[in-house]
Amino acid sequence: MAYTEEELKKELETKEYEYGFYTDIESDTFPKGLSEDIVRAISKKKNEPEWMTEWRLEAFRGWEKMEEPEWANVHYEKPDFQAISYYSAPKAADPNKSLEDVDPDLLEMYRKLGISVDEQKKLQNVAVDIVVDSVSVATTFKKTLAEKGIIFMPISEAIQEHPELVKKYMGTVVPTTDNFYAALNSAVFTDGSFCYIPKGVKCPMELSTYFRINEGGTGQFERTLVIADEGSYVSYLEGCTAPSRDENQLHAAVVELIALDDAEIKYSTVQNWFPGNKEGKGGVYNFVTKRGLCETNSKISWTQVETGSAVTWKYPSCILKGNNSVGEFYSIAVTNNFQQADTGTKMIHLGKNTKSTIISKGISAGKSQNSYRGLVQIGSRAENARNFSQCDSLLMGNECGAHTFPYIEAKNRTAQIEHEATTSKIGEDQIFYCNQRGIDTEKAIALIVNGFSKEVLNKLPMEFAVEAQKLLEISLEGSVG
Amino acid sequence: MLEIKDLHASIEDKKILNGINLKVNAGEVHAIMGPNGSGKSTLASVIAGKEEFEIKKGSLALDGENLEDLDPEERAHKGIFLSFQYPVEIPGVSVTNFMKTAINASRKARGLEDMPANQMLKLIREKSEMLEIDRKFLSRSLNEGFSGGEKKRNEIFQMAMLEPKLAILDETDSGLDIDALRIVANGVNKLRGKDNAIIVITHYQRLLEYIVPDFVHVLHDGKIVKSGSKELALELEEKGYDWIKQEAIV
Repeated sequence: MAYTEEELKKELETKEYEYGFYTDIESDTFPKGLSEDIVRAISKKKNEPEWMTEWRLEAFRGWEKMEEPEWANVHYEKPDFQAISYYSAPKAADPNKSLEDVDPDLLEMYRKLGISVDEQKKLQNVAVDIVVDSVSVATTFKKTLAEKGIIFMPISEAIQEHPELVKKYMGTVVPTTDNFYAALNSAVFTDGSFCYIPKGVKCPMELSTYFRINEGGTGQFERTLVIADEGSYVSYLEGCTAPSRDENQLHAAVVELIALDDAEIKYSTVQNWFPGNKEGKGGVYNFVTKRGLCETNSKISWTQVETGSAVTWKYPSCILKGNNSVGEFYSIAVTNNFQQADTGTKMIHLGKNTKSTIISKGISAGKSQNSYRGLVQIGSRAENARNFSQCDSLLMGNECGAHTFPYIEAKNRTAQIEHEATTSKIGEDQIFYCNQRGIDTEKAIALIVNGFSKEVLNKLPMEFAVEAQKLLEISLEGSVG
Repeated sequence: MLEIKDLHASIEDKKILNGINLKVNAGEVHAIMGPNGSGKSTLASVIAGKEEFEIKKGSLALDGENLEDLDPEERAHKGIFLSFQYPVEIPGVSVTNFMKTAINASRKARGLEDMPANQMLKLIREKSEMLEIDRKFLSRSLNEGFSGGEKKRNEIFQMAMLEPKLAILDETDSGLDIDALRIVANGVNKLRGKDNAIIVITHYQRLLEYIVPDFVHVLHDGKIVKSGSKELALELEEKGYDWIKQEAIV
């Protein structure tokens, strides 16, 4: 590998990243509880067609018969599903609210992220005109996208404007009865993103959900549907990049990706929900179902950086249905304090010559528990399927845990499956070495963690990578010494 | 520059340093020699501020400022550099990135902005050429899979980049073949100046043929038992440390 002057220069560049992120807006909410009436009410509020209402009701009826899964390596008090409000719409900001009313810890965190006071005000919904801002941003993009025939809009709008596409694809990768949370989401989702890339089109920009969130003021049950038609390409970024202190206890999203023949979807997530406080109180339960379907010669690549949530239950997966299709999963999961994460992927090889790669980096600190759970399944007709999995764990301190649960099911003798796993610990010697070079302990930890995570960080788009690095730093603050 | 007075230090109640007195002025090179377990590396670690060592008595100061209350990184910011006997590996962090982080941390402590990329580039080019370091080497993960010689050369490269006031070279010669030794020693010699000082910790006289010291001290049982000029190193080479040990008992 050459290391050219150019590469050296690149590494030396001090890349400044402009944080342009926003947060949810105070909302008007539905009464608590869940019933067919509530499901109907949500559908009505959204002015949905009859087929959509029926689809939701069917999901709801399925959900009622299901039980919350217990197999994950996480322990938490189950949410009372009748104590949650299932619809919220944005409300105007309270003009009397000032920064003094904001949690000082949160402000400190913003300061460390390098967010200006103005931005902080925006984040705290003190004086909000960002909705206007972001709408205009969105409109500019929309024009460029429309020229290429790309559809990118809130899913609620897509249901109105492109019902044929929504009807054709929604629920085909994650059926309404797939699992408890997916069923719940199908019944009550309030908004989310819809994206369609026409045949042969390479999407000219990274599509990001952040302005979509501002637009819709979406709640806790997001539904995302991305369809890449034959020979198209899209890179999609998802995440609240701000340390969003979501007080909602439950976040159950569904993401479906469909890559038709020769298409490629790259889906990157930086998840930074409120992880709970140092004593383990509060925080978001993040129970997400993400799955992609690959047709012939197509590729889906999931990259995720998980730093938030009190409990994470999430397995972005690929169904490699078409011959020669490729699935990738690159993940960094950080847990600190009392956080619990059970995350990984499923690679289902159905087609011939299908390939999958799994790189998982788990970082545990404090009293947290971090589990990788992955399934590599090779179907009987998947000739010459190949998988490579690598699961590395980094431990900080003596009270945290790292666990790896790899499942392998091969029904075809020609399969080649490799699995590698390592566990290491940040050593005092490493920290002293950095200290001696003038790097303080916190920065040293960040450096070591970033080095550990490099293979995955490299897969993120530049802006996201910079941000993810800062997030790792913040998430692990105070975890050593 | 460095002034150590009656320094006693221990680790987990085990006494290692038993009253060190040492004064190093700007522009000087001091060699500290001594048998295994005499406390050479401990002295280096204590000056650098490694926490596990506890100072029981005495003092150490840099330019008149007491070092005891300073964290290791603060001492580094003041210009203390330790070339480690066993440099640690940091996977995934390139030599370049590590140096950039270190240099900017020290600059920040001095109230300076990050070093501009082109200036850093120039510095890297200059110093890597001086130490005959291949450019590819700089993209590798810090010390990961480095040979013994590469690790030591990398330490001196870092020293060259950071331009410390006081550099302590802890057994920098171990693991080096004769060619690497010459390159490293040349590098160190080029870094000698009237404003900085170097402490060379070594077992053997070999390194001192290349880095010629102004003073030689012999450490035994945590004490400097003999000091002299560079000739003392030759005498030690000839007679071995037993001579010193016996003399110390007498």
